[in-house]
Amino acid sequence: MHGRPRKATKQEDPAAAAAKSARLRVLQSQLLHFHHNRIYTKEAVSVSSKLLDINPEIYTGWNYRKLAFQHNLKEVSDTDTDTETIKSAIEDELRMVEVALRRNPKSYGAWYHRKWILGQKLVLANFDHEFRLLDMLLKADARNFHGWNYRRFIARLKDVSEEEELKFTMDMINTNFSNYSAWHNRSMLLSKLLRKKVKGFHEEESILSDEFELVRQALFTDPSDQSGWFYHLWLLDQTSTPHKPHLVSSWPSDKLNIEISAQFKEKCERFPIIFCFNQQVDGVNLATVTVNSKLVSSEHITWKPLSANNSRKSKIWVAFLQNFNKYCDNSEGLSVEISLHCCESIVHLKFLMKLSHMDHQGKNGDGFEELFLWDCPKSQEINPYLVSYDPWRLRVESVEEDAKWHLDTLSAEIALFKEMSECDEDSKFVKLTLARLLGAHNSIKSGGSSYFEEILKLYDDLIKLDAPHFSYYRDERSLVLLDQMTSSKDSLVEYCSRCENTSFSCINPQLCINFSGLNLTRIGFVERLLWVQILDLSHNNLTSILGLEALQLLVCLNLSHNQIMSFTALEPIKSLQSLKVLDLSFNEIGSHPVDTTRYLCSSPLSHTCNVTETMEELARENIKIGDFWEAILLFESLQLAQLDMQGNPVTNERFRVLVEKVIPCLKWLDGKPVR
Amino acid sequence: MHHRPSVKQPQPCDQGSKEQIIGTENRNRDSDVNSQNLFLPPFRSVSFHFSAFSKKKIPFQWERGFNRQKSPLLSPPVLLAAMAEIPTSDYPTIDPTSFDLIVSGTGLSASLLAAAASVAGKSVLHLDSNPFYGSHFSSLPLPSFLSYISSPSSPPNLYSDVEASSQSLPEPSRSFLVDLVGPRLLYCSDETVDLLLRSGASHHVEFKSVDSSLVYWDGKLCSVPDSRQAIFKDKSLGLTEKSQMMKFFKLVQSHISLTRSGTTTESGEEGGVMIPEEDLEMPFVEFLKKQRLPPKIRALVLYAIAMADYEQDNGDSCKMVVSTREGIETISLYTSSIGRFVNAVGAFIYPMYGHGELPQAFCRCAAVKGALYVLRMPVIDILTDKESNKYIGVRLASGQEIFSSKLVLDPSYQIPASLSPRETVVSSNLSSYVAKGVCITDRSLEPNSANILLVFPPKSLHQEQSTAVRALQISGNVAVCPSGFFIVHLSTPCEDAALGKEYINSAMKALFNSRELPAESVQAQTKEEGESVEAPTQEEGETKPTLLWCCAFVQELREASYDGAVSICPMPDANLDFRNILSTTRKLFQNMYPGEEFIPQNSAADNIDDDADEGSPE
Repeated sequence: MHGRPRKATKQEDPAAAAAKSARLRVLQSQLLHFHHNRIYTKEAVSVSSKLLDINPEIYTGWNYRKLAFQHNLKEVSDTDTDTETIKSAIEDELRMVEVALRRNPKSYGAWYHRKWILGQKLVLANFDHEFRLLDMLLKADARNFHGWNYRRFIARLKDVSEEEELKFTMDMINTNFSNYSAWHNRSMLLSKLLRKKVKGFHEEESILSDEFELVRQALFTDPSDQSGWFYHLWLLDQTSTPHKPHLVSSWPSDKLNIEISAQFKEKCERFPIIFCFNQQVDGVNLATVTVNSKLVSSEHITWKPLSANNSRKSKIWVAFLQNFNKYCDNSEGLSVEISLHCCESIVHLKFLMKLSHMDHQGKNGDGFEELFLWDCPKSQEINPYLVSYDPWRLRVESVEEDAKWHLDTLSAEIALFKEMSECDEDSKFVKLTLARLLGAHNSIKSGGSSYFEEILKLYDDLIKLDAPHFSYYRDERSLVLLDQMTSSKDSLVEYCSRCENTSFSCINPQLCINFSGLNLTRIGFVERLLWVQILDLSHNNLTSILGLEALQLLVCLNLSHNQIMSFTALEPIKSLQSLKVLDLSFNEIGSHPVDTTRYLCSSPLSHTCNVTETMEELARENIKIGDFWEAILLFESLQLAQLDMQGNPVTNERFRVLVEKVIPCLKWLDGKPVR
Repeated sequence: MHHRPSVKQPQPCDQGSKEQIIGTENRNRDSDVNSQNLFLPPFRSVSFHFSAFSKKKIPFQWERGFNRQKSPLLSPPVLLAAMAEIPTSDYPTIDPTSFDLIVSGTGLSASLLAAAASVAGKSVLHLDSNPFYGSHFSSLPLPSFLSYISSPSSPPNLYSDVEASSQSLPEPSRSFLVDLVGPRLLYCSDETVDLLLRSGASHHVEFKSVDSSLVYWDGKLCSVPDSRQAIFKDKSLGLTEKSQMMKFFKLVQSHISLTRSGTTTESGEEGGVMIPEEDLEMPFVEFLKKQRLPPKIRALVLYAIAMADYEQDNGDSCKMVVSTREGIETISLYTSSIGRFVNAVGAFIYPMYGHGELPQAFCRCAAVKGALYVLRMPVIDILTDKESNKYIGVRLASGQEIFSSKLVLDPSYQIPASLSPRETVVSSNLSSYVAKGVCITDRSLEPNSANILLVFPPKSLHQEQSTAVRALQISGNVAVCPSGFFIVHLSTPCEDAALGKEYINSAMKALFNSRELPAESVQAQTKEEGESVEAPTQEEGETKPTLLWCCAFVQELREASYDGAVSICPMPDANLDFRNILSTTRKLFQNMYPGEEFIPQNSAADNIDDDADEGSPE
């Protein structure tokens, strides 16, 4: 039980312990004997009772009892249909569970057995008895989550109204507000009631306001108690996250004029269309998206979710227009209209693609005759280009319209917690909540005064204050920083530069975003960067690049001087089909003997690949494929022209050979031309 | 308006009314015994005692003594002097005629001394001039109470300025038991409770807990947030106030637990914080200010939790400054009281049938140890050795002379100047008087609470009010009045009797509507409406309970004193609890019998079963 030191287990008398274990062994072997031979007599079942009485953790015992119960019940129903017999059989089982629970109130097997018995619904359960049992249990330990689980089960079985259960959680919170289970159950019940719009729960806003008021009492009474903060987090989420999914951004954005470089139009075969949603959605397909242009009809377009775990749901959906270049030759260009039927609303997009005849100052060939260098000079010249790009401002107006209550609530909370942080300067909960509140406020209210500097300061404080959770705060800080940098054109201009050297992409202009040296540990707000083709993330602390998969236009990516530890951490790159230049130098790839990231990603065995030819070659070079499996899978899927890998523990002469074999089109490796 | 009721000494009541009282009382008793929430664990054997005795239809001890019945509570080993066969006019003869100790008066202090001396093996004769137990610590039926405090017969005017409302006494008036010591409570963890358990007196008393603790602030009654959960639930505190109050409690809690565990370092290494020594010496109010607590919380902590009686906020002119150490000690007692007994709701408990039960319980302990009890036996003279002029014995109203080496006297006894004790035991009471009030109503001050402790912090009633006024509402569930009625005791220490009474009267006005005011019918109407709609709020005057009867009086505070063989017991003090009385009594005992332990552990006579143990809920 929480807050009570666990008593040291009593040193058992060795003789008694030995006798007990001998008895357990005998009972256990007896049970297994009965189990295997399907003997379900009274005597046999009583052996399982004895065993479970001593040790309720033996699952086999419970399973055996379930089989015995079913078997004996069947026999009863074959002979006569005496409900009394069934009733007494059920009562026996329930009694057994109670005995076990008395020994260990947190025995999973026992609780499950009870649920299983009552879940059969053979006879009407004695609910009074069950609730009494629960009362007793929760009196002994009000936070026993098994008890709460079982309560939910019983309430459902009895069809107790959610309002009544909500009242119960209030009683429990009034008895002791330091009760995660009670707060949690409250959030579950309220979600249900609000969703179902039960009488008295129509006005979500006033209900949530009341809950804010309630949890404030707990937070202010004892800020060091975590249970209330968890509930507050849930409330904040209810307040700041729109319930319905909606489109956040798209590439191309509405009314965009895209210039296609005439010089390279032959190479441009695929043009990506990207949708970013605020939450994971499914069902983006031909039925919901219509594409209107003289080029293609919708049927030729396949929508694919971009997700790491191969699920059918994703925040980001992509489709490619094939062979579009043929159609943008004429002077009007190619106009494309897209309508997306999503989430009870329709979004229309219209964009125009035109050939541009701007010369790339005598650059010929396919653009990789020379080494691509990352030192793009910053120039104010880019400004006019940037103006035409406004993809990060796609917002559904209606969201802001009914955001008044949300903004008011958040503002009130912010004011309260600011006051609290003044008298309690070192409370990490207050600081974190304040940072989250300010962030939520920012996310709802676009433009105007934003709290970025304040949030960053809070996370900086937290990093110093609460060392054990250092990584989490750094991640959150990275997101805030990215939010700030991408929040408006003016702020983004600071990080933009125009790459003079660019002549390998067909879409103009080629802008370089430089987010280097910012202590970033993770990526976010990619929906505002869908148009980026050259991205510099060097000199950060990235260990993961999750999110980059959305940047389908990316041609050059610099990840040098980060802390990427494995090839599996680079998984998102695999879907960046237009990527040509990749700098991975001075990371930590290969530093860890076990690639821990792979456990988070789909199994490498799930990939289908045809590397037989390459593999044979590698075998000839005496390279063990097993050692470089992830590297092969990664590079094999890309058509890189330039790669930098130096300064990684994995890099050696044999690895260079491997890379050259795996990427036949590679022209530059570690700054040197490939033979 | 106010008239002094002409009261005669209590007379034996006629058979008819007596029967009635007996009937009511027994019914009350039985029903209470059967009610579930009655028994706090350490006192559980009480049910056994009562059920055994109630068969014999015995009314109160007071009535018993009065009617000169043989008390079945003082069973076999006790020789009861007031035996039924003897005619009223005759006094019994006491045999033997020499004792180690004669105690005259059965107040709490005297009864404790008798019990302690008996436990220590002394032969004790315990007398009382009254026909009832308890002296100035007893609980009396309303008419008897009035006559007791208004009686001009006792030469020293211990009670004065008695002023009662002109309304007739609520009926049945004898069913209202009024504490002379009220308003008073016991902390669950205080020494008195320990002593009850140690002596076995707990067998004879049972308790109920006080449901809520209120404070009068800004003209309103607010609950006293005295625990983490109470702070959470409180509706009147602001968020910041909650946070500040909890922070303060945590500091105190950490200090208390470190003090208990014996850590000496000023800032405990294990995360706990101790209050530095220099802070412990400063006035508590200054310490609270140092913790940046706002005035309201300071008042709550000072007057409703640390129970300061005198205004702390006016610097040097403050009469009795509570030091941080004292304040923390009281809070420590308060918090350790909460949850000591599983059945007790808060920190305080109140004895069933009133505080008069406590001295009786100790008398019984003494009786069990062999002390001899004689009621209605005044001491009329003190005998001294002619040569040394030292105390040798007493002459009783019966004319009999009894000798002893030590004598303990009631504070009301007029002692010859030659024998007058010169040593006064610790003077902690600064005032010489305590103004008291007794009110009777038929509605609780707060819905859903029967027994309520209430404090009016200094300045909450008057700008010049320099002392806290305490009030205690008790109800039918502690068997001091018929169910549906409530008795409210009020008190405040004072130097000037008139001023003290003024505070008491304004406190009454703040709490109640008086029947003597006009517009009674309007009030009754609105009251009914209020009740039918929902729980009435405290803010509106219309919803105040109506006063059925009240009285106010002033009691003199008299210190205990001793000189050689003769000790004089203290009067009830102005405090909320008995701790001060107890420590004074302990000092008197140590002076009488140096080297003897004052009711040692396990001195309970018939410790038949295990119920004298702590009964700790853990």
